Amino acid sequence: MATLAAVIASTHHPFYYKASTAPPEERPPFADAWVAKILAFRETLTRARADVLVMVGSDHFHQLWLDNMPQFLVGKAPFYDANWHNEEREFGLPRMLLRGHEELSSHILRGGLDEGFDLAFSNELRIDHSITCPIITLRPEADLPIVPIYTNIFAPPLPRPGRFVELGHSIRRLIETWPSDLRVAVIGTGHLSLELGGPRQFGPHGPDPEFDRKAVEWIASGDIERALAEVTLDSLWTPGNATHGFMDFMLMMGVAGEGAKADYADSLDLFHTMEAYFTWYPNGVPA
Amino acid sequence: MSKYLLNKFLFTVDRDPDLVERYRSAPGETVAWWESTMAGEILGCHGGEASTWLSFTDVERDALAAHDYVKLFELGAHPFLTLTLFIALFERDYEEPLAFQKEYAARLSHFSLPYPDIST
Repeated sequence: MATLAAVIASTHHPFYYKASTAPPEERPPFADAWVAKILAFRETLTRARADVLVMVGSDHFHQLWLDNMPQFLVGKAPFYDANWHNEEREFGLPRMLLRGHEELSSHILRGGLDEGFDLAFSNELRIDHSITCPIITLRPEADLPIVPIYTNIFAPPLPRPGRFVELGHSIRRLIETWPSDLRVAVIGTGHLSLELGGPRQFGPHGPDPEFDRKAVEWIASGDIERALAEVTLDSLWTPGNATHGFMDFMLMMGVAGEGAKADYADSLDLFHTMEAYFTWYPNGVPA
Repeated sequence: MSKYLLNKFLFTVDRDPDLVERYRSAPGETVAWWESTMAGEILGCHGGEASTWLSFTDVERDALAAHDYVKLFELGAHPFLTLTLFIALFERDYEEPLAFQKEYAARLSHFSLPYPDIST
């Protein structure tokens, strides 16, 4: 069976690419510290020697639209073009082309449907920065095949937090029962407290540092029970109007498992949101 | 109220660089043109199969024609769509990085939780 080589959860900050590649005179003052954090985080994936990446993210109204909105969608395509015009325009993100892994996509789709998740699928998916940001930070060579999984954290009505955790559990079971000798890493990105398009956006730090502190503690300690006790669809409006992206972190906690302490945890307080980086090695820390 | 149609306007204009410029320079004309030609388009379908029932309320139409993102927030337009398009429209007019985004936040500062419902 396949090996779950690493479980990685991260924020996805679209400013990183430009901050880290700009010429020295244009680099923001926080760029060097940010790059140092990312290089250390990247090493946690490199050490896992993954062959294929399952990438959990959320389309930001790019290909998925309100006339036809899936809650959970799995890509099944040989290739995925990446990044969209408005991401080039606003963030300077590059166009990318990633290989797919159709066999693992098929396995997750079949198994997910059989486990009670009515997964949507896409045979032609252009992915956005929720998936390309962690490629840029963790695997800039962009040389590993991927299986993208999109969640709806964006357009109400949304699935409840518990459903994200359950899907995480299911993804783990499906990888560990995939008849393959490949090493699989699951990488998912979401948000801590975040406000976009509202009165608390782009403040000196994230809109709710107390939520961020608790959230980092839940994730680092694998405290799914506490997170589920405190987080609801209604409560997530309070830390910031885009904080429902935290449910993708909860999905990744589900992949890592109840009580699973992160083998690597780090964070960085940026000016309008907190960055956070976590890695688990379910089969032991690689040598 | 047609939050869905407000969002559809923001979504379809944002992804078309020519339409972004047209909306910036002639907002009233662009909104009227869009409502009469594009509002009913089912994205990904042939033109002959357009929807026949979609239109803005007067308040919605006026908010779009006035570039009034504060009103759009109040009406429950999706804040990510509004922010993204309005950055494309107006960030260029500000010298400091994020100055437009900070002004945007300040102009919304009279809103408190719960914010207007964005469900469609």
